[in-house]
Amino acid sequence: MLHEIKPEQHPPLGQEMADAISTCVHCGFCLAACPTYKELGQEADSPRGRIVLMKEVLEGNLELESALPHIDPCLGCLACEPACPSGVPYRDLISPFRAQSESKRQRSLSQRLTRWMTQFTLPYPKRFRLAAKTGKLAKPLSFLLPRSMRVMLDLLPPRLPKQQDWKENYPAIGNQRARVALLTGCAQSVLDPDINTATIEVLNRNGVEVVVPKNQGCCGALSWHVGNLPQARQFASQNVHAFPEDVDAIVTNAAGCGSGMHEYHLILKGTADEAKAESFRHRVQDVASFLMQLGDLKTPPDLGRTRRIAYHDACHLANAQGVRAEPRNLLRMIPGVELREINDAHLCCGSAGTYNIDQPEIAASLGKQKASNVIATAAEVVATGNIGCMTQLSNHLTKQESGIQVQHTMQVLRDAYLASETE
Amino acid sequence: MEPLDSLASIYPESRFSRDAAFQAAFESDGLTVFRAKPRAVVIPESAEEVIQTIRWCHEHAVPFVARGSGTSLSGGSLPVADGIVIALNRLNRILKIDPVERIAVVEPGVVNQHVSDAAASEGLYYAPDPSSQSICTIGGNLAFNSGGAHCLKYGMTSNHVIGCKAVLATGEVVTMGGESLETVGPDFTGLFVGSEGLFGVAIEITLRLLPKPEQFHTVLVGYDSLQAAGDAVSAVIDSGLLPGALEIMDALSIEAAEAAVACGYPPGAAAVLIVELEGPREKIEQERQQLDEILTSTEPFAQRVAVDEADRLFIWKGRKSAFSAVGRLSPDFLVQDGVVPRSRLGEALVRIQQLSAEANIRVANVFHAGDGNLHPLIMFDGSQPGALHRAEELAAKLSRLCIEMGGSITGEHGVGMEKRDFLPEMFDEPTIRMMHRIREAMDPKVIANPGKMFPGKEAPALSKVGLHPLEKAGVISRE
Repeated sequence: MLHEIKPEQHPPLGQEMADAISTCVHCGFCLAACPTYKELGQEADSPRGRIVLMKEVLEGNLELESALPHIDPCLGCLACEPACPSGVPYRDLISPFRAQSESKRQRSLSQRLTRWMTQFTLPYPKRFRLAAKTGKLAKPLSFLLPRSMRVMLDLLPPRLPKQQDWKENYPAIGNQRARVALLTGCAQSVLDPDINTATIEVLNRNGVEVVVPKNQGCCGALSWHVGNLPQARQFASQNVHAFPEDVDAIVTNAAGCGSGMHEYHLILKGTADEAKAESFRHRVQDVASFLMQLGDLKTPPDLGRTRRIAYHDACHLANAQGVRAEPRNLLRMIPGVELREINDAHLCCGSAGTYNIDQPEIAASLGKQKASNVIATAAEVVATGNIGCMTQLSNHLTKQESGIQVQHTMQVLRDAYLASETE
Repeated sequence: MEPLDSLASIYPESRFSRDAAFQAAFESDGLTVFRAKPRAVVIPESAEEVIQTIRWCHEHAVPFVARGSGTSLSGGSLPVADGIVIALNRLNRILKIDPVERIAVVEPGVVNQHVSDAAASEGLYYAPDPSSQSICTIGGNLAFNSGGAHCLKYGMTSNHVIGCKAVLATGEVVTMGGESLETVGPDFTGLFVGSEGLFGVAIEITLRLLPKPEQFHTVLVGYDSLQAAGDAVSAVIDSGLLPGALEIMDALSIEAAEAAVACGYPPGAAAVLIVELEGPREKIEQERQQLDEILTSTEPFAQRVAVDEADRLFIWKGRKSAFSAVGRLSPDFLVQDGVVPRSRLGEALVRIQQLSAEANIRVANVFHAGDGNLHPLIMFDGSQPGALHRAEELAAKLSRLCIEMGGSITGEHGVGMEKRDFLPEMFDEPTIRMMHRIREAMDPKVIANPGKMFPGKEAPALSKVGLHPLEKAGVISRE
């Protein structure tokens, strides 16, 4: 698509945004893949429509305030990317656009308060833990709060798991085959710290030494995907320095974090860490992808019983990182596992970072549909690779009174390894 | 009260918009060289709302364009500047699937693929398969008599629409055809199909469904030259075989598709041919041997048979994504849709290559070889001064080439905005006059998608040289 954007007027990512727009041929293939187009049924709320709107704003032909009601509902799920034959890198447009429009937009007091709350607490495990505990106490008073904050409280689990801390080093069990550094994540380490423990266990058992860098922080994806560039930069910069060079990979086990870290070159463009970010991002790998690449994995013992597992594609794993086959293959490796596919697998579950809080209606509708489709698989467990999806799935499965257990792929695998020792 | 306010009163606030964002989002379709901002966009959720809207347009003599998913490649759903866009996406109910009569009754906003999905459990499907079938709508398919790879064997949309209820531009609701293939009098449904929205808007469409073929035999064949692939098509047809589809892609389009979906076409091929036989198992077993012999005699350098359904879809994925995939090779392109007699396919390809070389403009070729429907994709970089103009000049030459060779300016994309200048070159004056009279019978005020198909006074002819008069007037703009 032709445009009249002057990239130099939109630093630091004007060129990236303009290039993404140029690549779009306006064919409309993305409409079929977009969850919000499916929900809202109007052109302006489709990827193609949003690209045009962002183009118009960047050209100066449309007021930002006119475009935002259609840009804001974008989940950032990137389902449009694999659907696009022309190869539009939509991620290079949406996040930079959000970052640059943040300073120019008007937000209501309650919106600002909610944003501040999420961004001040979620990325910091200690603050989040405290806030979550306080929030739990506040639940009975939630009717006094604005809608978005009530949603936040609803998402808190009834009880938080016990706090866990990790050592700096976990040696490989047996012959060492590789050495990786693990991002422990922020919200995940509070909401379900067992995911990290399971990840370390699975890696160790397959001959991988795991280091947990002390100075790491939140990956910055939450901030980046909602347009808070200064905060995203601070976290990204902290991490490119915190993670060691002498590891085979920087391993993530939360899809959102992995995808955010793959975008460090965008986040840190124009800063002193630009070059470092470029090499850093190529070393980031999701744990499922790392394991499959390592190959020759230990097969869990055969307990002689079948287990029906549905696998849910986290958008930031499937669409953003192209990791679809790997987690499925890991699950299939477990003797007796019957893998079930979920109908409309390409549709986001509605979690999408803080989307639940920002766009509660669409998030709830998508969550409900996803839960129904999971239930239809008649699986015992639904496995996935992202804490956000896990929270959303649990929430909506519970609402539909389903007993299907939600687990991270690494937890399923770890449990399969341990089964031999307990039975 | 402003007239527009009375239109607004038909709709809840959320489904009537004169907002700048809507005007921008709807300003063009699959052909982005044309843009025009509508006065308002309405999003009806019932046929009744469509009827009221058109009655309003008729009363106030305000032009309107109905729009599905906006995938037209001829500018067919381009808004009329200052007119109304009727977005039919939410009229997307499948009203009935009758497996006994093998028909489906649908609203116009139903996505093509969704008809087949809904009929799949009955072992049926809807045959016409435009490459955009995952998103294009039946209403648009009907308006432009869309084709697709499998129309060689099964015919175009017009062969599959057996009835339709429509709102004419006068606001009258009429019924054409019905649930039976036999009709009374002239084929009015056939007249409505392909009328490019100039008569009115279909609100209920009755489609024919076919039993899903029992077996497919899909072969991907690589050739050293485009000519060899073209000759192979003739050899297949001359043998008496009627494949479901016969498609050719040239080196440039293969390169694009490969980049887009890694479709695994034979590396280094100057052209690939996709042949698909389909039908009852026994028949296919017999035909595939015949096909093998023919293909072997055409001396391909590579050949691959789809091993299963997934593999078959994988082969098709390359072909179906080819248009948009060319976006990877070139920032802008014009898709052409000319038809030449199949027997002159090889000759046409050579001429296209010559014209492309003379103009020094790259042209990728993807085509429905079986019925001589060419899709040259003219690549250009619109940011270069004059590049669009030169591309349009080449497009004009290609259209004229098709007419000269006894073919047509459009096979399946329609005349739309893009090719309306060429209509008088294809038809003589009495024929064009007849077309106008028919149109005026349906739309006396010329408010239904005016400016498309005919180079007429309601919107001055599109000039291939210099600015379009509407552009000069600042009414429409081209990027």
